[in-house]
This record gives sequence, C-alpha cells and structure tokens, in this order.
Amino acid sequence: MDKSFGDLKVLDELSFRVDPGERVTLIGPSGSGKTTILRLLMTLETVTPKADPEADGGVVWVEGRPYSHMEKKGRLVPANEKWLRQRRSRVGMVFQQFNLFPNMKVLRNVTEAQVHVAGRSKEEAEAKALSLLDLVGLADKTGEYPSRLSGGQQQRVAIARALAMDPDILLLDEVTSALDPELVADVLAVLRDVAATTSITMLCVTHEMGFARDVSDRVMMFDSGRIVEQGPPEAMFSEPQEARTQDFLRAVLAE
Amino acid sequence: MDFQAVIESLPRYGEPLLVTVGVTVASAALALVLAFGLGLMTGSRHLAVRTPARVFVEFFRGSSVVVQLFWFAFAMPVVLGIQFDYLIVAGIIALGFNYGAYSSEVVRGAIAAVPKGQLEAATALNLTPLQKLRLVVLPQAWPEMIPSLCAFAIMLLKASALVSVIGVLDITWLAGLLGKQPGQDRLLHYAVVLVIYFVLAWLIWTGMRALERRAKRGLGIEAKVQKGRLAPAVAAGGVD
Repeated sequence: MDKSFGDLKVLDELSFRVDPGERVTLIGPSGSGKTTILRLLMTLETVTPKADPEADGGVVWVEGRPYSHMEKKGRLVPANEKWLRQRRSRVGMVFQQFNLFPNMKVLRNVTEAQVHVAGRSKEEAEAKALSLLDLVGLADKTGEYPSRLSGGQQQRVAIARALAMDPDILLLDEVTSALDPELVADVLAVLRDVAATTSITMLCVTHEMGFARDVSDRVMMFDSGRIVEQGPPEAMFSEPQEARTQDFLRAVLAE
Repeated sequence: MDFQAVIESLPRYGEPLLVTVGVTVASAALALVLAFGLGLMTGSRHLAVRTPARVFVEFFRGSSVVVQLFWFAFAMPVVLGIQFDYLIVAGIIALGFNYGAYSSEVVRGAIAAVPKGQLEAATALNLTPLQKLRLVVLPQAWPEMIPSLCAFAIMLLKASALVSVIGVLDITWLAGLLGKQPGQDRLLHYAVVLVIYFVLAWLIWTGMRALERRAKRGLGIEAKVQKGRLAPAVAAGGVD
C-alpha cells in the first residue's frame, strides 16, 4: 500500500502481514511512517487509492477480509463510514497524548464506549471497567477527572479504556513518549502484563528498546516509508544486517 | 429637577419592563438555537451544508439591525404576505436572527478548538459522529463558549431597546413617552432606564458566571477569577 499527504509519499509500496496474536514493534527515525501505519489501521487516515485495487493492491486486510476497502458489485472500493464503523470495532488504539475525555471522570472514560458502542448495560460496563482499572493499578482513581491525574496515570486509564472494548488488535503509538522518565516504567509494566496475559495482536511504535526486546515477536525497522529490515528482536538488536538499522540502534541505545 | 414626578411614575415601568425582559429572553433563546444550528453547519465538511448557513450568517451580520426590524415588521407583510399578529414577534425574530448569526461564530470556533486528538480517540472507540458531538465535543466546547455568549446576551439586551422604533412598548419607548409629558424630566427618565439596563446586564453576567463555574467543574477544573477573567481550560498534560 501507499500513503501520500499531497506530494509527500509517507508509505512507499509497503506490504507486510501480521499474524493473529503476534507482537510487532515498529522502530525507525521520526517521519519514517511508523505512526502513519497505526493511523491507517485505526482508520484515522485512508490509504492513497489505486485505480485497480484487485491488481495494484493498496488494500488493508484484517482477519481475511478487506478493511480499508469494501466489496461492491464484486469489486473493491474505498470503504464508507458505515463499513469502517463495523470493521474498526476489532481494533483499539492508545495514543501518545493519551486523549482521555476531560469532561468525563476516569470510570466514565472507560465505560462510555462500552455502553454507547458495544451496547453493554451500565452495570456490566462498570464491572469490566473496575477490573481493568484494577489491572492498571488505578482502582482508587475511578472518581477523579483526568486533569487530576499524572501523565502516567492518564496513559494507564487510556490503556484500560482501549482494552474495555475487547479489541483483537491493539495499536500502541509511542505511548510513553510524552511521559516523564520516572512514569514510563509503570506504563510499560502494565503493557508487559497485558502482553503476558492476553493473546491480543499488538502493533507497537516505540523508542523503548528494552520493552521491544522483551515483548515483541518481531521488530520492523522503517525508513522513508519502507521496511529496511525485520526479524526477531534478538537478531535485530544483537546483529542487525543493514547499515541503516545499525546506525539507528547505535543512536537510540547511546541515549 | 422634579424627582417626585419621576418616582410617582415608576410603577408605570412595570409592564414595559416585562416587554424588555420578554424580548431579550425570547430572542436570546431563538439566537441560542440558531447559534448552535448555524455554528454546526458553518463548521461542516460538506459544502452543501456550509454554504446556506454561511450566506445566512453573513447576510444578518452584514446588514443593519434597525433595517431588519423594519423589514420584519413592515416590509415582510407586504412583500411576502407574512403578517405577524404582534409587532413584538417581528422584533424577537429580527433580534434573534441577528444575534444567532453573530453567536454562531462563537459556537463554530469553540467546536473547532476541541483538540483533534479527542475526535481521534472517539473514532478509535468507534463512536458515531452524533455520539462524538454529544458526548465528547459539545461538553468540552460549551464552557469555552459561555463568556462570549454572555457578552452577546448583554449586547442583545441593550439592542432590545431598538424594538421601540417599530412601536413595541418597552422601557426605552416609555422613557421617551413620559419624558415628553408636562411636569416630567426627560433626563431623569432616561437615567431610570439606564439603571434598569445596567441591573439587567449585571443579572445576566452573574448568571453566566455561575453557569461557567458549573461547566468548568464538569471538566474537573476549579474556575478561578484571574484578573476579571475565568481561568482557561487546562490542557491535556495534567499534573505530573
């Protein structure tokens, strides 16, 4: 698939697949297209259309069915909002800037979509929210507004909020980049916990190489919208093949 | 100056005061509904939705209120055959349309100022466009609108004096009438309505302040008065 913003080609004939339950970490310099991939998968961006999707590709597939496109009279056409609404319910996302709803207290941040989108009863949604908030270590903050929480706490609420919708695929977009260094560990601990106890497919953009090494099954190195190199984390971190990867890792690990 | 005559005629202000308050409240209600409708429409992605709203807003912002009042009161019955039973209705509609057009920019601006990340989070949770608006966007935009809407409400109160030119009997009209009568001081009567407008404006301001404090509490923010202004909404960062 391709993705261009105006003349700027962010993703260049990119093609890869992720297996169910696989944990993939996307690394690479800023502007290399990592975040754009997550945003495409969350349908916050659309792939740059191709004239003939069947032949040229440029289609995102999830669970064996077209995702960025829909079938219409036997042909693939860019999906409309109705199709996307139906398909994206399997995908959840945690953002760099948390994006909790400031007008709702912590508990309601986690229950709101459960009630209004997943159609659960209020009791059911609250029970689920409480158990998830307990998982992220914030069971005592349910009655607080997000503005009263630290960045790390807000991000843990955001993780609970995404998990509450039971996604099959969880997208993590630089979830610790906006946090003070001492708050990063708590958030990563929660994510390690999620990775260890669930079979959710995870796509993770991060600069936390230690976390990438521990959690992921595969690491993908991006540059200029292309995959430079990919492989299991041990191989990628200990003996990267490409010069671009070596330079990047040296720079990141020197910090 | 004859204070006695003015004081004795004060009870006569009762009914016109109700007219002034009635015109203000009714046209403010109309303006508020229009402001939200037009504000949402002018902020729409779709040209077909945006254009008619934009034309309406620019038309009412770009022409004189006084002329609009005359138009609704006297030209519409002739040109379009629409006759209002009471002139006060023409006055309410003209003022409501006018201030609705102005305030729609406040609504549009406040909605546009809701951070993009909020909408993206709402999309990630698969909320419908209507749910995004109702649950996420409007509750956050509303506290930001209140100070500007308050300013427009006070301007609307003062503009309500204009309905006297189409023959609606409000306090401004009465001051003019009484001031011309023998034994009455015109200056004093205009001083009386000046005070009445000031008190009404103060009531609106106080009410809006209370409303804003309540709205900000709904965002977990204690609204404090800072140099006469309310504290701005806390940005996403929070307290680390």
